[in-house]
Amino acid sequence: MALIQLAGICRRFQLGDTTVNALADLNLQIDAGDYVAVMGPSGSGKSTLLNLLGLLDRPDAGHYLLEGRDVTTLSPDEQAKVRSQRIGFVFQSFHLVPRLTAAENIALPMTLAGIAPAERERRVAQALKDFSLDHRADHKPDQLSGGQRQRVAIARATIMQPPLILADEPTGNLDRHTGEEVVHLLEGLNARGVTLIVVTHDPAMGARARRQLVMEDGHLKQDSAGHAPG
Amino acid sequence: MRPADLFRFARDAATGYPVRTALSVLAMAIGVAAVVLLTALGDGARRYVVGQFSSLGTNLVIVLPGRTGTGGFNPATAITNTPRDLTVDDAAAIKRAPAVQRVAPLTVGTSEISTAGRLREVMVAGTTHDYFAIRGFVTAQGTPLPDEDWNRGASVVVIGAKIREELFGNDAAIGQLVRIGDRRVRVIGVLKPVGQGLGMNTDELAIVPVSLAQALFNTNTLFRVLIEARSRDAIPAAREQALAVLKQRHRGEEDVTVITQDAVLATFDKLLGALTLAVAGIAAISLAVAGILVMNVMLVAVTQRTGEIGLLKALGAPARTIRLAFLSEAAMLSAMGAVLGYLLGQAGAFVLRQLFPVFPAYAPNWAVIAGLGTALGTGLLFGYLPARRAARLDPVQALMKH
Repeated sequence: MALIQLAGICRRFQLGDTTVNALADLNLQIDAGDYVAVMGPSGSGKSTLLNLLGLLDRPDAGHYLLEGRDVTTLSPDEQAKVRSQRIGFVFQSFHLVPRLTAAENIALPMTLAGIAPAERERRVAQALKDFSLDHRADHKPDQLSGGQRQRVAIARATIMQPPLILADEPTGNLDRHTGEEVVHLLEGLNARGVTLIVVTHDPAMGARARRQLVMEDGHLKQDSAGHAPG
Repeated sequence: MRPADLFRFARDAATGYPVRTALSVLAMAIGVAAVVLLTALGDGARRYVVGQFSSLGTNLVIVLPGRTGTGGFNPATAITNTPRDLTVDDAAAIKRAPAVQRVAPLTVGTSEISTAGRLREVMVAGTTHDYFAIRGFVTAQGTPLPDEDWNRGASVVVIGAKIREELFGNDAAIGQLVRIGDRRVRVIGVLKPVGQGLGMNTDELAIVPVSLAQALFNTNTLFRVLIEARSRDAIPAAREQALAVLKQRHRGEEDVTVITQDAVLATFDKLLGALTLAVAGIAAISLAVAGILVMNVMLVAVTQRTGEIGLLKALGAPARTIRLAFLSEAAMLSAMGAVLGYLLGQAGAFVLRQLFPVFPAYAPNWAVIAGLGTALGTGLLFGYLPARRAARLDPVQALMKH
């Protein structure tokens, strides 16, 4: 069964007295375990799509089925719960909380979800090891390099073991070398069965994905998987 | 989110911005300190006055010659003329009333006291044995005035501690002869030093039998008659009975004023209590100002941390958690301010008490509780708006502000 099913999704923004169709009647299906790159010029609607997939935004029309469940009709708190347990976010600018240490940043989703401290500690220790951050656990974000910060962010995104990771330009603020390390990390997660959706400007990075979606003016212009573009 | 985690999160957020946290804590502290200190002052004044009146004696009813319209203490009552004297026999008659425990007539005047070449001005109180019991006077040496016929007093005197020191120095005073006015009297007792007692400093007092004082000042009338009722409940009865006895003895004319200590005390108590409330109200305004400052600080915090709020939402924090996090931070700021202000206020009151030992500047419990409660209340009240704003932020918009 498809992890994500979008049917007739519309998202309009009001800019002054003109209406912008950020997403226009979008139909899309993404299978569990897939590795998808979303590409396209600025303003093509790819960020809007990612926000909708991450339940940070609501469509004006259409249905979004996540794991077969219609999540568009959920209340904000129910959506928050879905975000907490089913979706991990990786941002271009890392979005670490500056006053918390690396370990506390990684633990933040579990803290918010009310997981017991002992369990949190165990999982954070494992994550620090997996992302080779052992020696940086007590460092604040401003004491970390860009690559380390993004590793902390990825560790945070995976700490709740979600089946879906949404990455918005994850290498946009990194140099080529560290960017590649981060991509390897994300691909490693995908290899273990996590569905990975990456929004990127970088054609080289897009080309590594199993499936490429190219967007333009709120439409799917091109889909390498050959599903009927909407 | 677990309460302990919520607490730690709010604490880290507060300590993450030390200047703004310190400022809002300080504002709240000043508000609470003002409440504590001002009510300590107001209540101290009330206690001081009440204490002064209580030092007159307990269950006291006071008869003044002359009729005055009001029941209060009035400087004019001390110098009014009255058609009929209030005499020692009047006082003796009151003693037979059933609600009356003790009676002491009192004549007051100033004279000179001298011995062995030393001389000084002295306030002379002419009264009887029971006066000591009514006023709670205790002799440090010797005995009080003897219990004798009020109209035939012995030539004896009980002197205050300061008089003894100035006249006799280190020599023994008991049994010595002193001259008061044109009379030679024998010292039979020395009062324990007590200090101030509402206008009459007992340390500088000479107490002689009432008949001696009347002869000394060549008068028949009394300054006061002090009556001690049998109990607190008997005070109104004692007042009525004393009035009835005097009216009868003065041919149906009510030419005396009878006041009870209770009435005077209650008036002052009410007056100064209202004053304390008023200053507490003024101080509470500074608490409200502090609350508004906390609100501003929290609104700035929400704006500063918009990106963080977006992140928390993306990580699955429900609106309630975000609201609680910001509310706990506001509560923490005001709680810290309240505790600090409480300590500051108590320290201030302590300094006041050190500077003015006679002034009991203790903040009343109700004021402390109300001050702390208002501080926390305004903190939460004014913290709610920013917290709600944070919880309602649109996550997409919030995440873009980083």
